[in-house]
Amino acid sequence: MIHSLAILAPALLAVSTLVHLSPVDLVIIVFYFALVLAIGLYLKERANTGEDFFMAGREMTAWVAGLAFLSANLGSLELMGWAGNAYKYGILAAHWYWIGAIPAMLFLALVMMPFYHICRTHSVPGYLKLRFGESSRTLASISFAFMTVLMSGINMYAMAVVMRVVLGWDIHVSIWVSSITVAVYVALGGLRSAIFNEVLQFFLIWAGALLIPILGLVETGGWSGLKARILQNLTEQHVANPSSYTHLWSTLGDFGNNPMGINWVGIVFGLGVVLSMGYWTTDFLVIQRVLAAKDLRSAKLAPIIGAAFKMMVPFIVILPGLLGLALLRDPHTGNLLRLVPGDLAWSDAGRAQGLHGYDEVLPLMLARYCGPGLLGLGITALIAGFMSGMAGNVSAFATVWTYDIYGALINKRASDDAKVKMGRWCTLLGVGVSIGTAYLVMQSQSIMDYVQALFSFFIAPLFGTVLLGMLWKRATPAGGFWGLFAGTLSSVGMWAWVKVNPEAVKYVALSSRAQEQAQNMFRALWCCLICVVVTVVVSLVTKPRPDAELRGLVYGLTDVPHEEHVSVFHRPVFWAVVVGAVFVILQIIFW
Amino acid sequence: MKAGGSLSIWFFIGVSMLVNGVLITGAGMWEIASHADNPVLALNHHASIWWGGLLLIFGTVYCYRFSPARERPRNAGKS
Repeated sequence: MIHSLAILAPALLAVSTLVHLSPVDLVIIVFYFALVLAIGLYLKERANTGEDFFMAGREMTAWVAGLAFLSANLGSLELMGWAGNAYKYGILAAHWYWIGAIPAMLFLALVMMPFYHICRTHSVPGYLKLRFGESSRTLASISFAFMTVLMSGINMYAMAVVMRVVLGWDIHVSIWVSSITVAVYVALGGLRSAIFNEVLQFFLIWAGALLIPILGLVETGGWSGLKARILQNLTEQHVANPSSYTHLWSTLGDFGNNPMGINWVGIVFGLGVVLSMGYWTTDFLVIQRVLAAKDLRSAKLAPIIGAAFKMMVPFIVILPGLLGLALLRDPHTGNLLRLVPGDLAWSDAGRAQGLHGYDEVLPLMLARYCGPGLLGLGITALIAGFMSGMAGNVSAFATVWTYDIYGALINKRASDDAKVKMGRWCTLLGVGVSIGTAYLVMQSQSIMDYVQALFSFFIAPLFGTVLLGMLWKRATPAGGFWGLFAGTLSSVGMWAWVKVNPEAVKYVALSSRAQEQAQNMFRALWCCLICVVVTVVVSLVTKPRPDAELRGLVYGLTDVPHEEHVSVFHRPVFWAVVVGAVFVILQIIFW
Repeated sequence: MKAGGSLSIWFFIGVSMLVNGVLITGAGMWEIASHADNPVLALNHHASIWWGGLLLIFGTVYCYRFSPARERPRNAGKS
């Protein structure tokens, strides 16, 4: 495949592109593909049992699990989509990295991880089976499998767009080359191979992307110089309330004061409490990495390590978007360059006019600063991001399909060998379905808005169900199922209502000015509340399970090992407090 | 964290950074030696040299620290 890539490259590069790769750039990219495949081949011998293939032998250290936990989330949406959103919405996009991640990751580490780890589940739907029974597991696993392949397809699509815009590579070639590579190394080495590659990709992403903010801040004269340039440029373009692009909280008092059309209630409760908690504590894509930790302390430390690095990701994602607002100019006219929505930029008319989409801001900044060699590393960082996200989706899909759909509904007596074989085939199947999804997503208006809508369909109500299951022993199997069902149904219903009647947004998102992201926040909030209310009501009128059946699954009935014998510097709670303190300081600095 | 044999994940990372560091530093030196007329260079302060050099040092340290030769006795001591 690498040979094929080398053969294809010269022909692909003949197309008119944003940048041109030199031979050294190509060597760097080809070396990356060779290394990830070599890791997959090397680890093939260690993927013979179900525990090895699906759970990486449950022997990962806190650092490996923590970096993989974060890297699985650093897909194309993080690198490109959020740089584009930073250009579109300003620094408000950083909320998705800070309040939209850090509290949830710390909550996962300190409160929820003990239950996941002690019950030795293979998956989040597996926990629902233990806590609420088969019906809740079936609903959660089918919705998760559906969402996962869609996410994977979105990753592929985003990568292919970058490759086309930046390098002129054919969109179809990019999709097939990257997805086949992921399929090979995950099918060979299972979760261990996916995790090893995710840690490698984590380093490559930072090595390739960190230069842009460093050089950008040098060019603009630091953060204050950057703010001044943004203010000047947006004022020139008659953008309303331009200072809102560089303030995190001070413009969230009213829906109309900021480019996202959201207020603090949506950010704090919709994003910080519901969507973020839902994603970081129940999305099996990321949880699977932590379940592979070797012991409870590692399992608790891993999300805290992930949170510490997550706080720094805006430096390589949000800052390039803001730098784009400050620095990008049309190379022909010298006028300020104004990026536009992707569907407009990538239409035939848009391409004829030389327009660029929001999601192109990161590649544009890459082209601005990176010469031969560095450009290859930057492109490798983008490819690594796409592939880590895709591998995360595919390995999680294979596990949920094998244990929670195939093993639970189709072949209940499947042997361990049969499950490993099914896992390998599912990896290939998942990649195949994802490729099909990528072609469907090409019709989508905005990558991130689409994904946020999906999150609120499935993730937000799932959080309500899992949280009640862990913290309230009175929650019954019927309550868990009907709460999850009602939450998911109400989310899809609200989304469809706004699609059919756009005026309904003033009811769903409390303001007719709410943009897509704000609508997702409020929809997530409402459907989670509906899930919780239905779960509580149904539980109170149905028979609870005996305490003996809930040991190891519910707060108050689970013996969590104490850590008094460990020094304070080795305790997860100490590092959680440190990360929490830095998080608060960042909010104040960028208020 | 060890793989199937004695290779650590950190060793793979070291190899990756080392190779990339060598290639990028080499490309940067070539640019200087050939007086390349690339507008990007005016903005990036010859980042290929210093960034590539940092990767090279990082990769060398990791390759040495987690080399199979150094890891093998350590693993044997644990088992």
